[in-house]
Amino acid sequence: MTSMHRASNDHGTPPRWSLSGLVTGAHYVFPLLPGAAVFAAAFGTLAAQKGLSFFEATLMSAAVFAGASQFAAMEIWSTPITLGTVVSLALVVGVVNMRMLLMGASLRPWLGGLPAWQSYPTLLLTTDASWLIASRYRAEGGTDAAILFGGGLTLWLVWVPMTSIGFLFGSLVDEPRRFALDLILPIYFIAMLVPLWRGPRRAIPWAVGGATALLVQQLVPGFWYIVVGAFAGAISGGFIDDAE
Amino acid sequence: MTPSDALTHGSLIAILAMTAATIFMRAGGFWLMAYVPLTPRVRRMLEALPGAVVAALVLPIVVKNGLPAFLSAGTVVAAIAFRCNAFVALAIAVATAALARAFGF
Repeated sequence: MTSMHRASNDHGTPPRWSLSGLVTGAHYVFPLLPGAAVFAAAFGTLAAQKGLSFFEATLMSAAVFAGASQFAAMEIWSTPITLGTVVSLALVVGVVNMRMLLMGASLRPWLGGLPAWQSYPTLLLTTDASWLIASRYRAEGGTDAAILFGGGLTLWLVWVPMTSIGFLFGSLVDEPRRFALDLILPIYFIAMLVPLWRGPRRAIPWAVGGATALLVQQLVPGFWYIVVGAFAGAISGGFIDDAE
Repeated sequence: MTPSDALTHGSLIAILAMTAATIFMRAGGFWLMAYVPLTPRVRRMLEALPGAVVAALVLPIVVKNGLPAFLSAGTVVAAIAFRCNAFVALAIAVATAALARAFGF
């Protein structure tokens, strides 16, 4: 295994994991924190309405730590909890978060060179935002894997207490739509994508991913469209050769 | 459903199951790729992923939210392209969407 890890490190320089990288990762997610705080408080409020205890809501945010899937879970959460409820909750959360399989796969050439005690804890805090930031940093030649950990940890440190606050005091903002707070996350993702632009040819996977997601969303109920779109985009990327 | 279906500590078991599902997704892809040879094609697929994931996540949201979201997306792309600070770019773009909604779009 060790030789495989080394062979799969692509940039020639060994990956690092440093405290300064952790701070940099935290710094990169700062613009997102107000949005994450409002989103987490909204989850806490919703969890309270659905009959979760304060402890359960906070624990869910701390352990699951994946916003969209937590909201989706609240749609099917019903007490008393039966085995059937547990299975459906795990399935819904799994499907909403299935894109993380792909995200983790994309980190293999980079984090594969780290010892498991550094790579796996880093992966456990993966969020869309911290992964995107780290991917961009990597595309620009960076090697410090603590960027990913620092971004995820910072979001976690906001996500968990803000869930509790939302549970106790209600949503911070009554009409998030009015202030367009519901668009903060998607718009931030677009912003992260801009520096990754390498010409129209390399953006074909983006178009394929987006179009597939839209199509699948029309045809298949639930959240499958995210992972199917992302997968289709990546496959198309594999068939575009580097030669211009 | 009869009351006897209810699990003791059901909520905790549910949260545990949700956590396990998420951990599997977070770590599983990385783990699996240790056994997949990184051919140039596989590498290109992985490199295409950030854009593909964002497109699959974001495009349906933008389409659903119509003109305000399109304006906001255009604004953030322009702001970042002009080397605007990420925080400022995000603030301008979200304000644009809020304004468009205020005007009834």
